[in-house]
Amino acid sequence: MPGTPKFTVSRWANRRPVLRRGRGRDPLGLRQALPGLLLPAVALAMTLLAALALGGAFGARALAQRWQQGAAAAVTVQLPDMDQARVARTLAALRELPDLVDARPMDQARLAALLRPWLGEIPALPLPAILELRFDPLPENPEGLALRILSVVPGATVETQGVWVARLVALATRVEQTALAAVVLVLLLAVAVATVGIRAGLAARQDVIAILHDLGATDGDIANRFAGRVALLCALGGAAGLALALPALLAFSGLAGSLLGRLPVTRLAELPWRALPWPWLAALPVAVAALGWTTAEVTVRGWLKRLP
Amino acid sequence: MAPRAGGLYVGKMVRFTSVGLRYAPPAGSSDPGMGQDVLSDLSFELPAGSFHWLLGPSGAGKSSLLKLMQLAQRPSRGEMEVLGVITSRARRGELPALRRRIGVVFQDFRLLPHLSAFDNIALPLRIAGRAELALRADVTEMLRWVGLEPKAESLPPELSGGEQQRIAIARAVVMRPALLLADEPTGNLDAVQSRRVLSLLQEMHRMGTTVVVATHSESLVNAYPGPALRLADGRLER
Repeated sequence: MPGTPKFTVSRWANRRPVLRRGRGRDPLGLRQALPGLLLPAVALAMTLLAALALGGAFGARALAQRWQQGAAAAVTVQLPDMDQARVARTLAALRELPDLVDARPMDQARLAALLRPWLGEIPALPLPAILELRFDPLPENPEGLALRILSVVPGATVETQGVWVARLVALATRVEQTALAAVVLVLLLAVAVATVGIRAGLAARQDVIAILHDLGATDGDIANRFAGRVALLCALGGAAGLALALPALLAFSGLAGSLLGRLPVTRLAELPWRALPWPWLAALPVAVAALGWTTAEVTVRGWLKRLP
Repeated sequence: MAPRAGGLYVGKMVRFTSVGLRYAPPAGSSDPGMGQDVLSDLSFELPAGSFHWLLGPSGAGKSSLLKLMQLAQRPSRGEMEVLGVITSRARRGELPALRRRIGVVFQDFRLLPHLSAFDNIALPLRIAGRAELALRADVTEMLRWVGLEPKAESLPPELSGGEQQRIAIARAVVMRPALLLADEPTGNLDAVQSRRVLSLLQEMHRMGTTVVVATHSESLVNAYPGPALRLADGRLER
């Protein structure tokens, strides 16, 4: 038997515990308990879905904003001249319409600005009178409304395209809200699946955890080991999911370009790279990793409470 | 807190006062044995630096008593003091630091099978935050002490039972614990390996560590006589 060992270590008993990394620094055997397939695959799928939903939400918002800019009023009524008395009589008659919340003549300066690209600067040009009407709720039957206005204002020109634009804007807004809800749902699903995976890892390593606990490891030591591994796997899966989502998002953005006034895409360089919500997309893998880390911390610390 | 000198505890290492232990029955369990007292009315003191056998037949409660002393279990009743801390009233967060001053050796070794002998011994030091460079010398010294330096990179399944138990002892004492507990440490070993393991434990005792060894082997006690706590049906025999 060799001689008595030289001990110099008792002072370490009260130091803040940290499980080190490196060779043999995976005492929990998490590479086997949390294999590098399930969690990255889940993170990949969830990030892919969330990125597509996020892209859809931002696309719908861009469409709604563009359409709203082009349709200030639901209905416009064009009178052949600017006779103020006739404008006043017409407005009085129109205010009798049901569900009308606002009726006013379009500002002449704004009208001139709208016409300038086509007619240029012609100060002497007589402009027609344009009346803008707003309804709440929007009329169910725009064509019937146009006929009714014509019966009140004979000789006028009625444009009801704004009703359809308003309906499309409302639809796009709903699409945006639904897509954002889908992002939240996808992230919640990711939390649920990660919890199942972490619990499986805990069950596979409960004997090892008990040994580490008996050797003086704190809940934080053990939970941090799990959380670090889960966050790493989620970040890798999330990055892969985002990479897979990008071609689809660029394709969708290219298709929506014609609705947003952009030229058709014929070359790779013309893809609408700048149209994508990059900060939000880049945050997705980080958010997935942070969710995985938090889920692991909460799950493992909760599980460890059963130990004395 | 009693005074300590040179890393060793001076005074009463362990003090039990009317301690009882009852395992809570698992939810939905209909086992009438669960929920009954496994230890009752235990009162004793172990002075610092002492060596004690913990004796009794199988089922007497030896392992449960060792679990209480290693803080792997909380008593159901009574007051328990270990290393100067009344652990029966201590907060849960206070216990890990205390556990790092208690070494435990088990009959089934409880080594981590995916870690080498070196890394198993290094585990308590890494948990305590010891730097890698600094721990290497201590672990190598421990491997040399238990005569297994050439097996540093071997995994536990590649070692014999006696070698695994010596690695387990090295892991238990590498932190220079004030209290060393051994639960049937020779239960799975032949006579030669048993003597070797007992020699290691007695060497720790000579160095000032308080040692408690649970066994049901009277022959082992006869070979290494010493004071004993005798348990029967969860109670101490006087």
